[in-house]
Amino acid sequence: MFGDYSLGDLGAIFAMQGFAGLILFSVYVLMALGLAIIFGQMGVINMAHGEFMILGAYMTYLCSNFFQTQLPALFPAYFFIAMALAFLASGALGMLVEWALIRHLYKRPLDTLLATWGLSLILQQAYRSIFGAREVGVELPSWLIGSVQVTDTIEIPINGMFVMAITTLITVGVALLMYRSRFGAQVRAVVQNRAMAGAVGIDTERVDRLTFGLGCGIAGIAGSAFTMVGSTGPTSGQLYIVDTFLIVVFGGAASLLGTIASAFSISQTQSTLEFFLSGSTAKVLTLLAVVGILMLRPQGLFTLKVRR
Amino acid sequence: MTRSTPKTIVNDNPFMKPMEWVSLALLVGVIFILLPMLLDAFRLNLVGKYLTYSFVALGLVICWGFGGILSLGQGVFFGLGGYLMAMYLKLEASSVENTKIQSTPGIPDFMDWNQITELPWFWKPFTSLPFTLIAVLVVPAFFAFVIGTAMFRRRVGGTYFAIITQAIAAILTILIVGQQGYTGGINGITDLRTLHGWDIRTDSAHNILYFVNAGLLVACILFAQAVKKSKLGRILLAMRDKEDRVRFSGYQVASFKTFAFCLAAVFAAIGGAMFTLQVGFMSPSFVGIVPSIEMVIYAAVGGRLSLFGAVWGTLLVNWAKTTFSESFPELWLFGLGGLFILVVLAFPNGLAGIYRTYVEPRLTRRVKALEPAPAVALSHAAE
Repeated sequence: MFGDYSLGDLGAIFAMQGFAGLILFSVYVLMALGLAIIFGQMGVINMAHGEFMILGAYMTYLCSNFFQTQLPALFPAYFFIAMALAFLASGALGMLVEWALIRHLYKRPLDTLLATWGLSLILQQAYRSIFGAREVGVELPSWLIGSVQVTDTIEIPINGMFVMAITTLITVGVALLMYRSRFGAQVRAVVQNRAMAGAVGIDTERVDRLTFGLGCGIAGIAGSAFTMVGSTGPTSGQLYIVDTFLIVVFGGAASLLGTIASAFSISQTQSTLEFFLSGSTAKVLTLLAVVGILMLRPQGLFTLKVRR
Repeated sequence: MTRSTPKTIVNDNPFMKPMEWVSLALLVGVIFILLPMLLDAFRLNLVGKYLTYSFVALGLVICWGFGGILSLGQGVFFGLGGYLMAMYLKLEASSVENTKIQSTPGIPDFMDWNQITELPWFWKPFTSLPFTLIAVLVVPAFFAFVIGTAMFRRRVGGTYFAIITQAIAAILTILIVGQQGYTGGINGITDLRTLHGWDIRTDSAHNILYFVNAGLLVACILFAQAVKKSKLGRILLAMRDKEDRVRFSGYQVASFKTFAFCLAAVFAAIGGAMFTLQVGFMSPSFVGIVPSIEMVIYAAVGGRLSLFGAVWGTLLVNWAKTTFSESFPELWLFGLGGLFILVVLAFPNGLAGIYRTYVEPRLTRRVKALEPAPAVALSHAAE
């Protein structure tokens, strides 16, 4: 499979595919971060996570339309406002869902899986009724279009770099929030020992609700970033949900570093293989490898020692 | 425990309690007599299709309800059974004289469209009916055994197991869709005609297949009941509730879990094979994540602990699906999503749970009022 390419070509291919993989990696990290926080803390599997992401994508789409028609002067900067709105919308919906649904099911994790799947069906149909079944795309401001020519064979799209920058910022932000803030300390305390955390005066229910909202809000930002690299339809979220779950499980639940490492390895493997094999074969091989490794090492790459 | 009246020895653990015999009779009456009398050939075939899903729900009752292992990849086994059956039927339908307009006669049409000129090796044994029938049972069981052994030995369970089975369902779908030349791709294996020379497309064939399917279903229910009644069934229940205690009592927890998972897989595969026979095609849309999780809701609606409930739940959800999606396609997904949430939040034991808490106590009270003496044993047994 390498025979037809010269060494220089191969280098360029790996660099370009590697970069394409980095964009995929960014979307994966943003989605998986939210999921890992929720799964790690509460042991809740949120099957509707993809739909929270798509909510963010639709918010961005609405913002893009609004700024184009009403405030064209601010159009170049609309993306930042859209991202904030996406975070707020998904986060608010997430907190509502936690209050109405999830908190009744903490003792039955398998049942949250079914209930959130039902929620995802409802949200999908709601999107279809409101926005139509066709996929929509957003108009990018001019400064995000185009690419940077690094050498004569390698070029890098600007929107991809922007998505990566956003991902880095969010990841650093989440890490700071989790490991340097009072709220983060409370979250980690609840993860390690829920009963004890409650006994020292942490309002565990409030922490749960905020964490769920935070996870969903990050999914909304992921959706916002997603609009720059793909188009949005009512069922786009479902395509990513299995991959994202595998990333979280593969990385080891409750470990931010593990999530990032596994998102990186999965997305890079997939996009490098995609160039040489067909897309579906690449996907099958990647997923099989992950499932195989998980069968040998079910606790994932990185683990947090938790007393249960 | 010493009994005060040793003369009247009641069998404490009969194969089926009186109320369960009544449930069985009711189910058999509806499936074998009522529905065939009431419905036309088309609708009866539709019910036959639903009943094939109830094999999957039945398997889920054993593996999820009794064993506590939620598999979100039962579509994999349903699909394996269906595809293996479809391979045999397709080979029979692509005889040389049927396919003489192709550039390579004698191979399935989709292979010809994909420039494959020779039958692949793994298709070759499926010219034999006995081999196919054995493969329908053995291949899914083996597959489930490999997955089960690998995971349960390492004490993977609960949500992890659910996610991994779901990933396997995704992998198999992508594989089937991607390998168009070998599997028929997204369209699946279509245009199936005869089973060992017998045309399966006629109304009379549909009718016979319906009864074969129903008979197999009852046989599977009885087998599941035997498992439930046996010591093995009790260990499964114990394991679901306190896995560590069972392990410390010296049982190989992993083996029991693997058995439950394999049994569920075999049931699903029988359902899949019967699906192919009755509907006349098999496609990846019955393999992936969405159908797999929908099959879980059939078992949940019927009651995850009730073998008969699984069948009623499947029939009810599918009837609702057909009715609503014919008249209000938009509302159906809202309804299905709401059903998931409602069942989980309000009725975790489904229809069977509602029956057990609201209907049965009244029934037994009435029976008790009629004839006090034997009804004591009855109400005790019906608990």
